[in-house]
Amino acid sequence: MKDQMLSLRAVKAINWNRLQDDKDLEVWNRLTVNFWLPEKVPLSNDVPSWATLREDERALTIRVFTGLTLLDTIQNAVGAPSLLADAQTPHEEAVLTNIAFMEAVHARSYSSIFSTLCSTKEVDEAFRWSEENPHLQAKAQMILSDYAPGADPLKRKIASVFLESFLFYSGFYLPMYWSSRAKLTNTADLIRLIIRDEAVHGYYIGYKFQHALERESPARQQEVKDYAFALLFDLYEIEARYTAELYDGLGLTEDVKAFLHYNANKALQNLGFEALFPPAACEVNPAILAALSPDSENHDFFSGSGSSYVIGKAVATEDEDWNF
Amino acid sequence: MGGLVYFSSGSGNTARFVARLGLPALRVPQRATETMPAPLTPFVLICPTYADGFGRGAVPKQVIGFLNDPSRRALLRGVIGAGNRSFGATFALSGRVIAEKCAVPWLTSFELAGTEADTLRIRDGLHKFWRETCPTVA
Repeated sequence: MKDQMLSLRAVKAINWNRLQDDKDLEVWNRLTVNFWLPEKVPLSNDVPSWATLREDERALTIRVFTGLTLLDTIQNAVGAPSLLADAQTPHEEAVLTNIAFMEAVHARSYSSIFSTLCSTKEVDEAFRWSEENPHLQAKAQMILSDYAPGADPLKRKIASVFLESFLFYSGFYLPMYWSSRAKLTNTADLIRLIIRDEAVHGYYIGYKFQHALERESPARQQEVKDYAFALLFDLYEIEARYTAELYDGLGLTEDVKAFLHYNANKALQNLGFEALFPPAACEVNPAILAALSPDSENHDFFSGSGSSYVIGKAVATEDEDWNF
Repeated sequence: MGGLVYFSSGSGNTARFVARLGLPALRVPQRATETMPAPLTPFVLICPTYADGFGRGAVPKQVIGFLNDPSRRALLRGVIGAGNRSFGATFALSGRVIAEKCAVPWLTSFELAGTEADTLRIRDGLHKFWRETCPTVA
């Protein structure tokens, strides 16, 4: 009798050999190959460099990392799990649980940085600050309201992409800045691993968003798009204030804002939308771009002279599918 | 001017860039079961990047399949890689890998679906490239 009742609605086991969406497996493979833990980065090599920072620079760095910890905490405990309810395939659910777990690894990484470089007192002060800072709290609340149970699945994805591809970058700027000045370079290596993960997350959730949006009516598509741009404006206003409060002291606010504009446009592209900020507002300091993607920039034909080209990494050309 | 061939997956970033570029272009299909385009004149390839943290898998399998054919490969004159700078050292790596593998110039790279500035820069760059390197097809 009990067995019969259970068979009314079969619970399905996930079959990775029957895919409804190839992107699920592609992203699963990318995320699992890229898996890492903070212990693999030799953060303690940054101890001498940390000692060269002024007190205000150290306080800023700890606050920035605490702000990033807060966003990762939200994404781990609320954001990625809230997307599970909207998943269209069992494989999408599996990818989302991977994303949720990696957000916990990211949040945990900042504590590794703190325990390596900072005093307990400094860190406790920064966590208190993160709970009291109105701008940080405002952006967290704005995202959380889109994640709430019963929220619109499309808007939930928009909030998630904005968090992954835009809101982190006011914070990511600082370790890239230090790295461009040859400071805290191991910490920057760890942050680059986080940035790499967030790029896959934003790409994947943006992809799922685009395909869900395609199935909606033109009127609904317009409504969702308007919502996305309005939310980005609101978040940007908060980000601009947060940025000024953090970076005015070092005179870096305008530099950070260019980086925010550039990343806001990339977040919109992940959703399949056009850019919002004009090119002139997105001229990111070349030293920051170089810190973001070291070794990827060399002489290309269009910008350089001559027709020389740069050899890619040997490992990347070893794909067995090439037959010449 | 010479032709363009591109690949774009379900995210559609490269397809949106090529549409804004406004130049005639052939698309390498997303699935192995679909027919490959057969360019008849020299072309530049625009290719997004799917590398893992070690750079493996940078070039999509479909693009490798397209280039494995010697007659198609013989018309390849240059490559433009697309990607996301957030992937660090592997940013737009596919362009550099194809350039090395096929011994053609790596022309440039752009991020995601490109910006307005990228569209102008790459359209101008392509005109200049065809004029300077292949006057017969310019």
